[in-house]
Amino acid sequence: MFNRENWLILGATSSIARAFALQVAAAGSDVLLAGRDMEDMSHTAVDIGTRHAAVAADIVEFDAREPSMHQSLVETLATRAGVINVAVFLGSMPSQREIDADPDLVQGIIADNLVGAISVLHRIAPLLEARGTGTIIGVGSVAGDRGRLKNYVYGAAKAGLHTYLSGLRNRLGRQGVQVVTVKPGFVDTAMTWKEEHRPLVATPEAVATSMLQAVRQGRNIVYIPWFWRWIMLIVRALPERVFQRISF
Amino acid sequence: MTAWRSITLTGWGRALRGKTRATRPERARQFVSAVDSAGPSVCIYGAGRSYGDDALNSNGATVITARLDRVRDFNEATGEIEVEPGVSIGSLLRDFGPQGWAPPVAPGTGFVTVAGAIANDIHGKNHQAVGSFGAHVTRITLHTGAGKTLSLIPGQEVFHATVGGGGLTGAILSARIRLRRVPSIWIKVRERRMTDLTAFVEAFAASKAHYSVGWIDATAQGMGLGRGILEEAEATTSPSAERTRRARAVPLDAPSCLMYGPVVRAFNAAYYRHIPKTGRTRVRPLSAFLFPLDRVHNWNRLYGKAGFHQFQCVLPEETALHAMLAEIVASRLASPLAVLKRLGPGRAGLLSFPMAGWTLAVDFGAGPAAAKLLARLTAMTLDARGRVYLAKDALLSPDAVRRMYPELDAFREVCDRIDPRRRFSSNLARRLRLREPSHV
Repeated sequence: MFNRENWLILGATSSIARAFALQVAAAGSDVLLAGRDMEDMSHTAVDIGTRHAAVAADIVEFDAREPSMHQSLVETLATRAGVINVAVFLGSMPSQREIDADPDLVQGIIADNLVGAISVLHRIAPLLEARGTGTIIGVGSVAGDRGRLKNYVYGAAKAGLHTYLSGLRNRLGRQGVQVVTVKPGFVDTAMTWKEEHRPLVATPEAVATSMLQAVRQGRNIVYIPWFWRWIMLIVRALPERVFQRISF
Repeated sequence: MTAWRSITLTGWGRALRGKTRATRPERARQFVSAVDSAGPSVCIYGAGRSYGDDALNSNGATVITARLDRVRDFNEATGEIEVEPGVSIGSLLRDFGPQGWAPPVAPGTGFVTVAGAIANDIHGKNHQAVGSFGAHVTRITLHTGAGKTLSLIPGQEVFHATVGGGGLTGAILSARIRLRRVPSIWIKVRERRMTDLTAFVEAFAASKAHYSVGWIDATAQGMGLGRGILEEAEATTSPSAERTRRARAVPLDAPSCLMYGPVVRAFNAAYYRHIPKTGRTRVRPLSAFLFPLDRVHNWNRLYGKAGFHQFQCVLPEETALHAMLAEIVASRLASPLAVLKRLGPGRAGLLSFPMAGWTLAVDFGAGPAAAKLLARLTAMTLDARGRVYLAKDALLSPDAVRRMYPELDAFREVCDRIDPRRRFSSNLARRLRLREPSHV
């Protein structure tokens, strides 16, 4: 029998999340958009539902910093038939300068990028485990591979997320659930708009396409675009003494 | 909350550029607040497909609508759709074509946004049959420079100033348009060689096809002056065997010799001959037929660092075409991209380009020689009581525009009424004094 695919999109207002949701809908999956801005998500849901008439696009309020919402989300998810897939786009990135000026921001960054993601994924994991199928794709960052001078608080949270996803992969892989870690390089999003123009910048659509490709190919860890794998291989191999002197 | 940063934007021709403070909102609310907080001079930039400076705003603020690209409502029974300003025409065809609906009017590239299509009241290969884009717009939600949001319908003066108004009446927050029923996403295309301009004009006049467009060899001299290929197309239900090709991209600026006369002549001759003498008919994907320019991404880099200009005029009679084409051929400046088309009378705005007659569009690598040629072509257009398309323009003068666009004063009045502080502007508006009283 045809098994309906669902994609839960966590942090659905980001441009990469929106591009990803549109692409999975184009491939025939129903989508459940989760995030804080209900008005914006309702616009996105109508966009997806009208462009792809065969799929259902729903929205649900979700805040990474509100654990009570995590449990109710899992209950909603459990009522859905078919394959459940989860894409985690949760995150925030104030500039390092803002953080240096106001260290209170640290709590929020760790909550958005790390604690929220772990808290919700840890509740969803048993559901996928029980169904013995599905995919979890988590968006990390090349900044999580090594402490960048420009955003190492964000990087520290992403490094934590990488480690969590690695462990989750080890656990869920045994039950037929795929866990993919994606590490994008520079992406042209609202989060990075203010920064100076950078070389090698990727569009949200291209990142979303590569993410889906990684899922189809059964990859564990992917750098997006692909060349970041080689850049980061070198960056990670640098001795700390050398790394200290470059501004990666 | 939107972030601003200083960037340099260019028109599609890349010959004109403008340094501006820009923001790129992703949510509807942010768009309004960005416009309100933009300062004394603001301009809206969509996909950057206008060739000249009509979306540039040097030393002012620019709000980019590229990320405001959602469909807000769709009526499956009537085909009426409401969209955010940055929705591209190509994405509408991609997603609604399979549901039996297509954009009513499509330009040569699918990257053009709906708001851009309205602001330039664009025309397509079916202009004679269905008129300009603005004729299919049923409602525009406009945010003015005075901070007011207006809901506009056809018949209202502000509506007709906004259609074709180059973004000078305000920011289009959303628009409702009527899509067109199509039996399939395929189209039956008939291509024929036209041996000269006379043959072209006669064939166009006799054509009853829904879509028609001519590629013209702007390098052919003498007997072959005005030779080219006429494409006529009709809807069909039979599918095409043609595979949708992945677009190629031009990664870098090309060397300037690429558009060197002999290279272009050789290319054009080969292109002319690739259609059999007896013509050919084939079924193609509608998108491939409508958006020939999208086969190569960033093709504007082919003109090298200096960029290019497109000259596009419309002439009420075909008589001036011959002399104009002879002038272009003699200049040896033309690129392979040259288009001849018949237009109907349909226009929906005070500053709309179309008029019943003939439109000729030719690309030229930018430089002093091209500027001189364009000045001569502009003079010929004025003599023939025609007009130049502002969406393509880089070099017109205020006086020429006043003569080409007789409703300019009415347009100015509407703009001043809804935006008395004249916040909405652009490099083109300042160059052509579109917002200043005509006696200045």
